[in-house]
Amino acid sequence: MSTPATAEVRKTALNSVHRRMGAKMVNFGGWDMPVEYTGILAEHEAVRARVGLFDVSHMGEIEIRGPHALELVQHVSCNDAAKLAIGQAHYSGLMTPRGTFVDDLLVHKISGAHYFLCVNAGNQDHDYAHIRENNKFGAEVENAGSRYSQLAIQGPRALELLQRFTKVPLASIKYYWFAFGEVNSVHCLIARTGYTGEDGFEIYFAPEHSEKMWNALMDAGQPLGIAACGLGARNTLRLEAGMALYGHEIDDTTTPWEANLGWICKVEKGDFLGRDVLVKQKEKGVNRILAGFAMNSRLIARDGYGVLDGEREVGAVTSGGPAPFLKKNIGFAYVPPKMNAPGAPIGISVRGQVAPAHIVAVPFYKRPK
Amino acid sequence: MYPSDFRYTKDHEWLQISGSTGTVGITDYAQHALGDVVFVELPKVGAKLKAGEVLGTVESVKAVSEVFSPVGGEITEVNSELANAPEKINQDPHRSAWLVKIKIDNPQDAAKLMDARAYQEYVAEKEKEQTA
Repeated sequence: MSTPATAEVRKTALNSVHRRMGAKMVNFGGWDMPVEYTGILAEHEAVRARVGLFDVSHMGEIEIRGPHALELVQHVSCNDAAKLAIGQAHYSGLMTPRGTFVDDLLVHKISGAHYFLCVNAGNQDHDYAHIRENNKFGAEVENAGSRYSQLAIQGPRALELLQRFTKVPLASIKYYWFAFGEVNSVHCLIARTGYTGEDGFEIYFAPEHSEKMWNALMDAGQPLGIAACGLGARNTLRLEAGMALYGHEIDDTTTPWEANLGWICKVEKGDFLGRDVLVKQKEKGVNRILAGFAMNSRLIARDGYGVLDGEREVGAVTSGGPAPFLKKNIGFAYVPPKMNAPGAPIGISVRGQVAPAHIVAVPFYKRPK
Repeated sequence: MYPSDFRYTKDHEWLQISGSTGTVGITDYAQHALGDVVFVELPKVGAKLKAGEVLGTVESVKAVSEVFSPVGGEITEVNSELANAPEKINQDPHRSAWLVKIKIDNPQDAAKLMDARAYQEYVAEKEKEQTA
């Protein structure tokens, strides 16, 4: 992800905590973020087996309010927000008029006149501008990122850990639902969402409470085997769970059909940005489709490596790397639709050699129920 | 930290010379910067390399890093244990996780490399840049 060289690097409220913990820091979407603390493999394992804590305060929040809030949300996003109940969230795409992704996002319905959007860090200002430009309904749009810290508590023991700090009965919050309540005496939006493929929660609250919240969760999590997790593990976890990352699987050149995200593309809901293009593409079919693959050897596919059909390059890897829990090397790539059949052989161009691989069903990893 | 009998490159390889043979590895700084190493690709015994040529590849979870030969010569031995235990590079980069042994063509190549003190200063400078 590129950022203007002159841009000031942004910091979350926990920046000094990460540095004190000895995290390796990187610039991600213009933010100075921890990539790892003890190591990506150990952090990944902690989330699959126990619990991990992530500072994801770089993520952006945009709030849409007013009697016409729903109309604006419906106009700019491809999922059907009219189907949301109060307290429910869904995954969606912010669309260009060409039916491609400005961003992907979570839409939370707080009330019929208040929607809370969680968007990607590097896109938030652009998303905000895009939503405002398309606000022909007179809804109120707030770029609210600076008003929130966001922590992700993820893993099979996340509920047990978080429950120690809140009276909200967490088990009663269903997957992709949320509630408001106090966590460690701080007012929070508590959502049962995540980007890891595990059970878990994402909490949003005022940044001034960040350090206390982080320390309380880390301390109480010690006996549970908690790990502080950086963006490195966040990426391996989401890839293993088969989730898209903006700038890799999706961007403003890819459509939901191509990205295998037809389940969030509700053309029947009525008009929205890009709908015409998407209706046509649905009828005509796509020329490329996002597919999961696994390597047949220890060679690792990386972002940008070519996908080969015999000798011919027919696509590119969008994300590739080791899947630490599955102990395989996996990836996502755009391939011609006819190649997208589980088990079908493909080649990946790795440093001038053809590394054999095969198409696999996504998600690569599914948590045990 | 950095053995005094090694020579070092700016790309964070080390070279230990014993007679006309050199042992090559990557430094502790390099393994730390890479993070968890998951794959190592090494040349075949008998391969002839020039100084600065790509000797192999070390991959971590996140990144691919090429390793450059600090000197010219012929590969006489590769550390085959690393194929099944690449994590050794994180655990013991200066000793058991050596990468290759090379018969050195020209001892003058090694003379151009940094000694431990110069390398220590070099990485201290790098670390300063990163925390700034």
